[in-house]
Amino acid sequence: MSIGEGRMASTITSTITSTIILVSCLPLVSVVAGCGRAADMPGAVILHAGNGAEVQDLDPHMVSGVTEHRTLCALFEGLVNLDPRTLEPEPGVAASWDLSPDARVYTFHLRRDARWSNGDAVTAEDFHYAWRRILSPNLAADYAYFLHCIENAKAYNEGTVTDFDVVGVKVVDAYTLEARLEHPTPYFLGMQVHQAYMPVHRATIERFGAMDERSTRWTRAGNHVGNGPFLLAEWTPNAVIRVRRNPHYWNRDAVRLDGINFYAIDNLWTQERAFRSGQLDMTDDVPLHKVRLYRERDPDRIVLHPYLGTYYYRLNVTRPPFTDRRVRRAFAMALDREAITHNVTRGGEEPAPFYTPPDTNGYTCRHRIPFDPASARVLLAEAGFPDGRGLPPIEILYNTSEAHKLIAEAVQQMWKQHLGADVRLLNQDWKVYLDSTNTLNYMVARSGWIGDVVDPVNFLECFLGGGGNNRTGYASPEFDALVHAAYAEADVGQRLELLQEAEAVLLEDAPLIPIYFYSRKYLKRPEVLGLDPNPLGYIRWTRVTLRRERV
Amino acid sequence: MWRFIARRLVELAPTLLAVATITFFLVRLAPGGPFDAERQVQPEVLERLKDHYNLNAPIYRQYLDYMFGLFRGDLGISFSKPSYTVTELILLRLPVSLELGAYALLVALGIGLGAGLLASLKPNSLLDHAPMSLAMIGICLPSFVLGPLLLLMFSEKLAWFPVMGWETPADKVLPSLTLGAVYAAYIARLTRGGMLEVLSQDYIRTARAKGLRESRVVLEHGLRGGMQPVVAFLGPATARLLTGSFVVETIFWIPGLGRDFVGAAFNRDYPLIMGTVLVYAVFVLVLNLAADIAQAWLDPRVRRA
Repeated sequence: MSIGEGRMASTITSTITSTIILVSCLPLVSVVAGCGRAADMPGAVILHAGNGAEVQDLDPHMVSGVTEHRTLCALFEGLVNLDPRTLEPEPGVAASWDLSPDARVYTFHLRRDARWSNGDAVTAEDFHYAWRRILSPNLAADYAYFLHCIENAKAYNEGTVTDFDVVGVKVVDAYTLEARLEHPTPYFLGMQVHQAYMPVHRATIERFGAMDERSTRWTRAGNHVGNGPFLLAEWTPNAVIRVRRNPHYWNRDAVRLDGINFYAIDNLWTQERAFRSGQLDMTDDVPLHKVRLYRERDPDRIVLHPYLGTYYYRLNVTRPPFTDRRVRRAFAMALDREAITHNVTRGGEEPAPFYTPPDTNGYTCRHRIPFDPASARVLLAEAGFPDGRGLPPIEILYNTSEAHKLIAEAVQQMWKQHLGADVRLLNQDWKVYLDSTNTLNYMVARSGWIGDVVDPVNFLECFLGGGGNNRTGYASPEFDALVHAAYAEADVGQRLELLQEAEAVLLEDAPLIPIYFYSRKYLKRPEVLGLDPNPLGYIRWTRVTLRRERV
Repeated sequence: MWRFIARRLVELAPTLLAVATITFFLVRLAPGGPFDAERQVQPEVLERLKDHYNLNAPIYRQYLDYMFGLFRGDLGISFSKPSYTVTELILLRLPVSLELGAYALLVALGIGLGAGLLASLKPNSLLDHAPMSLAMIGICLPSFVLGPLLLLMFSEKLAWFPVMGWETPADKVLPSLTLGAVYAAYIARLTRGGMLEVLSQDYIRTARAKGLRESRVVLEHGLRGGMQPVVAFLGPATARLLTGSFVVETIFWIPGLGRDFVGAAFNRDYPLIMGTVLVYAVFVLVLNLAADIAQAWLDPRVRRA
């Protein structure tokens, strides 16, 4: 070996050695990195919850998802809470409220002991500020439209009015807030648990930027100030959000958990494994294939209950053959919904013979789409396609998912069998699928709608002509007139009657084919108590407790 | 040698520029926009969002603005996580992926070199066939099969390791094994091939004839020559290992860059896609260069070429 080669060999050896030393030091690095987190007291009762996809942000005005809502309900509290069993309004930051005789003006009387997590008092001014913020055009908040029922809020949000004083929110005194609505809105109190209505702490927002500035750092742990039962202790994106008891929360004695760890695990199988191994106390969903197994072998660990949402197929009414109402009706009637929920989804879903989920704020649609293949064939023949002859190939579009695929295959088989239609399946990645439905570049597309509030109008207004969530090309002056009449109707019974008529028109026109009503399904250890099932999937974290104490 | 390195370093800049440019335009050509959602955003809100993120400017303007930002080290703000900058997200995730990759590399080298050496010493014996068959299985078994299998065995049945997470040393064993296994298999086969070729060379016979101990013959003289194909393979392989694996990070719930990369692509989070692609590109280029340098050192013919 020459001297040069010897040096070479020693260089390789030393490189390998230093790599090994470096790699063996890595655990130390992560141990040191983990030291920043404050340790919980021994015996602290911490709930470990699988939370699905990572939250976008912890600013109540910047987010729209279900996982965000679940997390924010621990960090903030609106004027009103809901009883998780009945979804009836209960006092929140507001101890009480009055409604004017014309059902358009709510006056909220705030409790005097409500505090922010830094000890400041929560006042009517905070709500006024928060609502002004979310409606600010520059903030470009997705859910600002949720406040459009407030007088002039829409105009302010769209920038046509610049003076916030004309918007129907008034601070009467430090602990009295008045909200004047455009028209009677029976679900206004229910909307108060939504993040769009939650208050924000003005001084904190403005310490990190302007009121209507996006993307500031106020939501980081250490900066974040909320008024909910818990405060933000740690937020590691794509990993975990740790919330701990808020010592300033007005109802702190009622809070039973010492903290909650929300784990951002979007893979259902990973979540289920973690639950089974004891790393999670609850999950946010269950893989479809596991539902039956848990129902049979471990029924006290799976929770299934109706969820306020409808799974349906959209029909593109601008593209033949679905330009013909008879063809749309025929396809709707040739679907055996019972068979789909019974044999395919099997997760406690209910077949949907109409669109709005049953018993939505006292409303159950009277009109039904029957499963009637014989009549469907007659309709199809009338439209010029006897036994499906002459029908172009029908394409069902769905976004990539095992469940959507299984359902589409079942539908494909039913339409083939009952109508003689040649049905093909097309799956697209989520954003491509959204683009296709937005631009009406499809024939049949799988869809779903989850209610934001427990009211039928929240479902029906999606199909107003030209609406952003319509995506079928459907426009019916009759349907639109009925929904608009319901908006203006103060009488609760009469309002629901108008919506009944509207839904009947919609189902007869059939721009959509309802398939099933969603069920919410998740896993939970029997020791987790206080998770009352309700169709909104709403969790009152103050009620939740863990029977077994552990860190 | 220095001229060789300098020339390769100069070549890095235009390659990175090309990667950035192609990615910039390709992601914008993909159907679907960053703010498309099941619940459609109000048109006026959408316009303001686009203004805020400079998406209403002409495409060449957006490109120039991005490039100027890039030269200043500003990778922009993530669309899907509006309170984080892309740089912050990368700095948060990359160390995790690097750590996982480093362990996996160690697993790959340890198992791969060992098995390859062992096999090359007694070719066509049981000592050769057993590790090489295992290596073949390792190559064929994708990590989305191996990961759940290891979890089933060691976490669910034996309860030796946690099923998910990235905090304690025990969390790190199965992911490192899963990620490293495929590479170990390749390295084993490459080492065996390389060693068999070298061990039949004259200078090895000379070394043996001089009465050197067999261990010195194999480890000192044989391994240096036999390592060449492995070193060439290690350049791009290390880049892949270190920059994260979406599959392994998803199965074991590890907050690394791989999950972000795929998530960003699905969400059309343009700045985050750009940021992660650039990180990948830098790693691939630098580690390929490192592999070339190592090879040049091992074999002077490459240096002169």
